[in-house]
Amino acid sequence: MTANPRFFSRSELVGLGVLALLLVVILPMSLDIFRLNLVAKYLTYSFVALGLVICWGYGGILSLGQGVFFGIGGYCMAMFLKLEASSVENTKIQSTPGIPDFMDWNQITQLPLFWQPFHSLTLSILAVFVVPAIFAFIIGAAMFKRRVGGVYFAIITQAIAAILTILIVGQQGYTGGINGITDLRTLHGWDIRTDSAKFILYFVEVACLFGCLLVALFVKHSKLGRILLAMRDKEDRVRFSGYSVANFKIFAFCLSAVFASIGGALFTLEVGFMSPSFVGIVPSIEMVIYAAVGGRMSIFGAVYGTMVVNYAKTSLSESFPELWQFAFGALFIAVVMLFPNGLAGAWNEYVQPLIDRTFSRNKRSTSVASEHPLANGAPAE
Amino acid sequence: MEIGQQPPDFLLAVDALTVSFDGFKAVNDLSFYVDENEIRVIIGPNGAGKTTVLDLICGKTKATSGSITFRGKELTKLSENAIVHAGVGRKFQTPSIYDDLTVFENLEISYPRGRSVFGALTFKRDAAVTERVEEVAEMIFLKDRLNMSAQLLSHGQKQWLEIGMLLIQDPELLMLDEPVAGMSVSERAKTAELLHRIIKNRSVLVIEHDMKFVEDIAHKVIVLHQGKILSEGSMEKVKNDPKVIEVYLGH
Ligand SMILES: Nc1ncnc2c1ncn2[C@@H]1O[C@H](COP(=O)(O)OP(=O)(O)OP(=O)(O)O)[C@@H](O)[C@H]1O
Ligand SMILES: [Mg+2]
Repeated sequence: MTANPRFFSRSELVGLGVLALLLVVILPMSLDIFRLNLVAKYLTYSFVALGLVICWGYGGILSLGQGVFFGIGGYCMAMFLKLEASSVENTKIQSTPGIPDFMDWNQITQLPLFWQPFHSLTLSILAVFVVPAIFAFIIGAAMFKRRVGGVYFAIITQAIAAILTILIVGQQGYTGGINGITDLRTLHGWDIRTDSAKFILYFVEVACLFGCLLVALFVKHSKLGRILLAMRDKEDRVRFSGYSVANFKIFAFCLSAVFASIGGALFTLEVGFMSPSFVGIVPSIEMVIYAAVGGRMSIFGAVYGTMVVNYAKTSLSESFPELWQFAFGALFIAVVMLFPNGLAGAWNEYVQPLIDRTFSRNKRSTSVASEHPLANGAPAE
Repeated sequence: MEIGQQPPDFLLAVDALTVSFDGFKAVNDLSFYVDENEIRVIIGPNGAGKTTVLDLICGKTKATSGSITFRGKELTKLSENAIVHAGVGRKFQTPSIYDDLTVFENLEISYPRGRSVFGALTFKRDAAVTERVEEVAEMIFLKDRLNMSAQLLSHGQKQWLEIGMLLIQDPELLMLDEPVAGMSVSERAKTAELLHRIIKNRSVLVIEHDMKFVEDIAHKVIVLHQGKILSEGSMEKVKNDPKVIEVYLGH
């Protein structure tokens, strides 16, 4: 206890290992490229769920507008790919060649200024990180400095998601409107529509996911992680211990925004388009459901929750096209009622003790006293 | 500071402090002064405005008028965390501790280092932190409970823990709102002993209802009634004040 909390606990190392085995070995070996691409699509949402674990689970800040940040990342990437696909050569039949087709259809004759940076891949990737962070910072500073929180914050984030959707749909000429930005082809000349590209992109995505998981684990184990928990419980006590509560909330919100944005950018690459249907209220709420089903305090739960819910959604919608939405709702209610801490809670309560018992039976003969239960007092893991 | 003006002797000076909640003056033109190394107790009937006075000093509630100076600094203009950084610590009326964390972690969060976002991310639990946490834990009788989840502590222990969370900040002014409420007789005695021990380098402002405890610790007592001072002075003097007997001690 008196030592620094270890960088990762043993169970987290095991968690990382198991997830790596699943995502890097088992799924790519057992699924065809169509199914693997489907997994890749699901995984892009798990970035959002991971952000929600930090922001909502740890920080107690429920955002019902994470689609906004998913969309920002997705559009940043889509704008780059669209510009590359709209070379003068590809678009010579347009009245203004060299601009995206939907602009031409809307009688726009010059590329708008805010599209210009997206000629550069470096700037586009930078934008995937910086734009959501700035946007979340502005929202967070405006809300948290004024002590707006809880339900009010959730409603305001919903409103922002709704407004952004309306804006994108309304400004067809600049955004592609309701159809979004489609017909994306190459990344620096590399065709992203081929099976081999999809295969490679899947692994790029898994690498990004592990990067985000490590960041989340680092935050959880830092004093900042404990301050978030403390704030969720007794905000005033933290404030009158000399911390600026608003700044910590802003940080958690910005981090969740950047995670969501990375997910969005990868979505565009994997699926090949971006549209306002991933930005609005409904997708934003679905993303909260992923985190809730996984267990809102569980970093790994975010990934499993997202995959399970999306798998269920896909299978149900394939077999019962009319019924799946009800089934989906019922599934959500059942999980939350039975396991308020989601799949991770169920795992910790039922499966982990079983594993521990099996392990300790083997171990008892060798070492008895060296066991340190709850060595780190890690909450809810 | 003007030439010839006396440097302020008082650690805390409250002058003509007033706060009005929709016209209701919970604290009304209140003035009092706290010396260095003094234990000052505020007593008074329920709703007298005692907690509100602490809220005003620590910045939780904004004053309608009046001033609060702490070591010559005007507190009414500072943010809550700036007031803490200036050296004012405050315990709440109901024990406010972090249930999800261990006793160690509760104390560690209050350790005055790494209070910015970046500082908290890079905070290292080094020997200085560990030593200080253990030292404070010893003082508040929780040395053997460091790894325990704070929610498992008894009510009295939670009160001590919160006092410890303030001690670790090493504030020059410590404000305690009913620190022995809900404690057993023996816990009260230990708390009194604790307060006597921590007074050495700081002043303490205590709100308390328990008269026995007040007599035990107070250097000076303020009796508050309807947001105003009814009587002020030594416990002996206050106890025999007919006005005090009538509104507070009589029943
Ligand atoms: N934020 C607020 N808004 C409106 N009225 C308030 C507020 N805070 C306190 N009051 C009122 O001010 C009065 C003084 O309250 P305060 O909590 O200071 O009393 P107290 O002396 O601490 O009482 P107790 O002994 O019960 O703790 C009460 O009538 C209370 O209702
Ligand atoms: Mg009170």
